[in-house]
Amino acid sequence: MIALLASLDSFLSSRIMTDLFYGLALGVIYALVALSLVIIWQSTHVLNFAQGAMATFATFVGMTQLDRGLNWWVCFAIAILFGFLFGGFTERVLIRPLYGKPEINPIVVMVGLLGLLEAIGQTFWSSSTRNYPAPFSQDYWQLHGRLVALSAWVIFEFFLAVVIMVSILILFQFTNIGLRLRAAALAPEVARLLGVRVNRMLTLGWMIASAVGTIAAIIVTAGTGGLNVNVMDAFFVSGFIAAAIGGLDSPVGAVIGGIVLGVTTDFVRDYWSGNAAQLTPLVALLVVLMIRPEGLFSKSTTRRV
Amino acid sequence: MIKVENLSVNYGAVQALRDVSFTAKTGVITAVLGANGAGKTSLLRSMSGLVKIANGSITIEDAHTVMVDGHPQSAVESHELRGMKTEDIARLGVGHVPEGRGVIAEFTVEENLRLGALSSKVNLAEGLARQFEQFPVLGERRKQYASTLSGGERQMLAMARALIAEPKVLLLDEPSLGLAPLVTADMMATIRQLCESQGLTVILVEQNAKSALRIAHDAVVLHIGSVVAAADAATVAADDQLRHYYLGLVQE
Repeated sequence: MIALLASLDSFLSSRIMTDLFYGLALGVIYALVALSLVIIWQSTHVLNFAQGAMATFATFVGMTQLDRGLNWWVCFAIAILFGFLFGGFTERVLIRPLYGKPEINPIVVMVGLLGLLEAIGQTFWSSSTRNYPAPFSQDYWQLHGRLVALSAWVIFEFFLAVVIMVSILILFQFTNIGLRLRAAALAPEVARLLGVRVNRMLTLGWMIASAVGTIAAIIVTAGTGGLNVNVMDAFFVSGFIAAAIGGLDSPVGAVIGGIVLGVTTDFVRDYWSGNAAQLTPLVALLVVLMIRPEGLFSKSTTRRV
Repeated sequence: MIKVENLSVNYGAVQALRDVSFTAKTGVITAVLGANGAGKTSLLRSMSGLVKIANGSITIEDAHTVMVDGHPQSAVESHELRGMKTEDIARLGVGHVPEGRGVIAEFTVEENLRLGALSSKVNLAEGLARQFEQFPVLGERRKQYASTLSGGERQMLAMARALIAEPKVLLLDEPSLGLAPLVTADMMATIRQLCESQGLTVILVEQNAKSALRIAHDAVVLHIGSVVAAADAATVAADDQLRHYYLGLVQE
C-alpha cells in the first residue's frame, strides 16, 4: 500500500505529469477564449477582435469592487454580469448596424473598440498591474516533499471550465433557447419565418460569449497573474489560434483546440525551449491551415474568413 | 382570408410587383402562376415581411365565433401585415414554406419540427404525433439529419414544420421544384387534403401551372409584376390565351 502511494506520488510529480498539469491550466484558458470567439462567430459571423479587451474591462469593473470591501464571489458575479450585459450592448449598438455590410466593417469596429477600451481602462485604473487575491490557495501541493503542479486554485479552474463547457453544450444542444440560438445562427431568414426573434437571439449569443470570455480573464488575472489592461492580448491570440485550429464554427473543436494547444506548448517549452514554445501555436496554425483550412472539427466546407 | 390591395414592391429601380390586388379565401387553395420573374416569390416574401412594401396593403382576416350574451356571433379580427416584422407575422399564424424548402440541414428532422412548434401554443408531443401520422416517413427518420433526406422528404419536412404550428394561412413557394412528377402529384394531393381538412387558406406559388391548376380552387396569373387574370381555377385552365401566353401550356 505504502509502496503504491509512493509510486503514485512519484507519478503525479513526474516531469510528464507536471507539464500536463501546467499545460492543462493554460489550455482551459485558451479553450474558454476560443469558445467565446466561436459562439460569436457562429451567431453573427464577426471575429471579435475586442474579445480580450472586453473581458479585461469587465474584470476590472467587477474585481476592483474588492477595494470597497465586497466579498470575492460578489465581485466575481458582478464581473460576469457586466461582461454579459456588455456583450449584448456591443452587439446591439456597434455590430447590428453593420449586418449586411462588407465583412471588414465589423472587424474594423472591433479593433477600434479594442483600442478604446484599453485607453479607457488606463485612464480609470492606470496601466500598472494590480494584484487581487484568489479565493483558493495557489501554492502547489507537496506530496512527501515532491512538488505536484496542482493547487486548490488550479483544481477550481479546471472545475469552473468544465462546468462552463458542459453548461454551454447543454444550453445549445438540449434546450429550446439553444434550438432558437442555433437556428438564428444557421438560417436567420428561415428562423424568422418560424417565429424566432432572431435579433434577440444574436444579442443573447454575444452576451453568453462575453460572459465566458470574462470568466477566462478572471482565471488569468486572479492571484499571482495580476490585472492590467493588456493582460488578455496574448491569450486572445492563442485563443484565436485554438479556434482556427478546431474550426471557427465548432464549439467542441474550440475546446479541444485550446486544450491541445496549451498542453503542446508546455511540453515544447519544457523539452525544447521557451522560444520554441512561443512559436508552437503559429506552427500548429500553419500546419492545420495547410491540411484542413476549415479547421479540424468544422462541418462546413467553405470558410468566409 | 387574405386581402391583397394595390400592392407594389420595388427592388431599387426595378418594379417587382405593381398594383397587385386579389383575395385568397379561407379554406381554399389560391394558385399564383406565372413565368420566371413574374413576381410570384416577391409576392409571398412581401406577405411575410421579408421584402419592403412600397405601396398598398395586405390584410389577414380571421373570422371566428364569439359568445355575446350567450349567443354565438361571428366576429372578424383583421391585421394589416404591412410594416409588421417577419417573426410577428409568423406568430400570427402565417406559415411560409420558402422556395428551396429552407429545412435546416444541420438539424435533425425532429429539431426542425421542434423549431416549427416553438413559437406557437401547440403541445409539442401532440404536434409531432400529428405530423408523423400525416408524413410517416418523417417519423421513421426523426433522429436523422435533414441533410440526409431526399428532395421529396425535405419538402414534406418543410411542410410539416410549417403545419405543426397550426397556421391559419399557408404560403407555399414552388413546392414541386426539383421533384419527380409522381412525387409532385403526391405532394399536390397532400396539399389539397390538408387545405380541406384544416380549413387552411393556402396560397400556392407554382411555375408548374398544370399540376397546380389541378388542385387549386382559384388562380391568379402574374406577368412581369402585374395581375393579368384572377378567377376560379377552371376558368383560368380553360382560357386558351392565358394558357398559351402566360402559362406555357400548349393545346393537348
